[in-house]
Amino acid sequence: MIRVVLPYHLRTLARVDGEVQLDVGEPVTLSSVLDALEACYPALRGTIRDHDTLKRRPFVRFFACKEDLSLELPETRLPDAVIDGTEPFLIVGAMAGG
Amino acid sequence: MSKVRVLVGTKKGAFILTADGKRQKWKVNGPHFAGWEMYHLKGSSVDPNRIYASQTSGWFGQIIQRSDDGGKTWNTPGSSSDELKGPEGMPKGESNKFAYEGKVGTHKWYDGTQHPWEFKRIWHLEPSLTDPDTVYAGAEDAAIFKTVDGGKTWKELPGLRSAKGQLWQPGAGGMAVHTIILDPKNPKRIFIAISAAGAFRTDDGGKTWKPINRGLKSQYELPDPDAEVGHCVHRIAMHPSRPGVLFMQKHWDVMRSDDAGEQWTDVGGNLPSDFGFPIDVHTHEPETIFVVPIKSDSEHFPPDGKLRVYRSKTGGNEWKPLTKGLPQKDCYVNVLRDAMAVDSLEPCGVYFGTTGGQVYGSADGGDTWNPIVRDLPAVYSVEVQTLP
Repeated sequence: MIRVVLPYHLRTLARVDGEVQLDVGEPVTLSSVLDALEACYPALRGTIRDHDTLKRRPFVRFFACKEDLSLELPETRLPDAVIDGTEPFLIVGAMAGG
Repeated sequence: MSKVRVLVGTKKGAFILTADGKRQKWKVNGPHFAGWEMYHLKGSSVDPNRIYASQTSGWFGQIIQRSDDGGKTWNTPGSSSDELKGPEGMPKGESNKFAYEGKVGTHKWYDGTQHPWEFKRIWHLEPSLTDPDTVYAGAEDAAIFKTVDGGKTWKELPGLRSAKGQLWQPGAGGMAVHTIILDPKNPKRIFIAISAAGAFRTDDGGKTWKPINRGLKSQYELPDPDAEVGHCVHRIAMHPSRPGVLFMQKHWDVMRSDDAGEQWTDVGGNLPSDFGFPIDVHTHEPETIFVVPIKSDSEHFPPDGKLRVYRSKTGGNEWKPLTKGLPQKDCYVNVLRDAMAVDSLEPCGVYFGTTGGQVYGSADGGDTWNPIVRDLPAVYSVEVQTLP
């Protein structure tokens, strides 16, 4: 199971507490995890990436295993520690600044 | 006994204020969608328990919320588990998908070049007068969208952007359709207004639109005195009994049209400033209108630190300040364009919200005011429902 941590506002939108667990078939990539997340929680469609282009929204970041994966290609395979459930995949609202 | 329900959108959530017909004791419910910008909430006049809300975030974009029980519970339309078990299998989750129709096209950018339309958010939701599942949505960048399935999916009415859209240029506040008025006597006629572009009208249900800005003067913003588009219309109001009579608060100037926008005349009269944002019409007196003068385009607060609603009982030109119950010193809040509403009780109730987080109400047509709530986040919008 893939563990996904959502930012607070998306947890309230999806009506979940804590981590989300997703069953994602191989290959486990950035896009396949997001596909699975949106399939389970359709209210999240359009909030993390664009409906049509599937491009990441500018102020959303993807972290895992202390790495920033935000700029990786959608077909990038996630780290083994995420795939085996040891580490979560984090979806983060970018720092607002100010 | 009748009740009123005031729907308040703020910078950090939505609030629902309720009272009985006396409108003296209020209950404050919220925040709903805490932490999100709530641009607008509005109920269906056909089914008052059906309320639509525009929820936005700089991080996560646009969300549309719908309540079918008067604001107690909310859902993103089309995303419930029941609705997702359709024959197609995959969930849609498209209630927040606002895609411009056809070739996206361009409008005028700040530097005079052409710039592609980019959807940012929904400023205003206007439910149909006859069908609770039909709603119009005013978008930034300026466009109008329509749903006929209760908000599950939205389609643009692209004819609006064909009305000289290539000449529209955003102002500092963006370029949004912020006002949508449905003609209760002619279902094919809709009025809309766009900041820094002007007012527009369709007479064929949204297929084609034309600018209705003749008579507007914007000498400091537009060098061409006959410019057909480019006027910064802040708000339009109409009394449902007289859909051909429109009142407008422009960037500067309070205007009136007696021919559905074909020609406008200045009715600012003796106002201390004719700059402002909201304008509204008394429920029972079609010639009684309300504005909140703001000092200037550079200083968005009331003149002299005195929060005064001005009321004209003559359809403009002759105005009197309404001050009883409103702060008359050290007040430097603003009242935004969608933040004033009237109920349909007798006497008429008038409500407005401020950027300082106060929502004021008057149960006597504006003669006296009371703060319903004082310390909300900055108020973006106020709507009121009169309930049996």
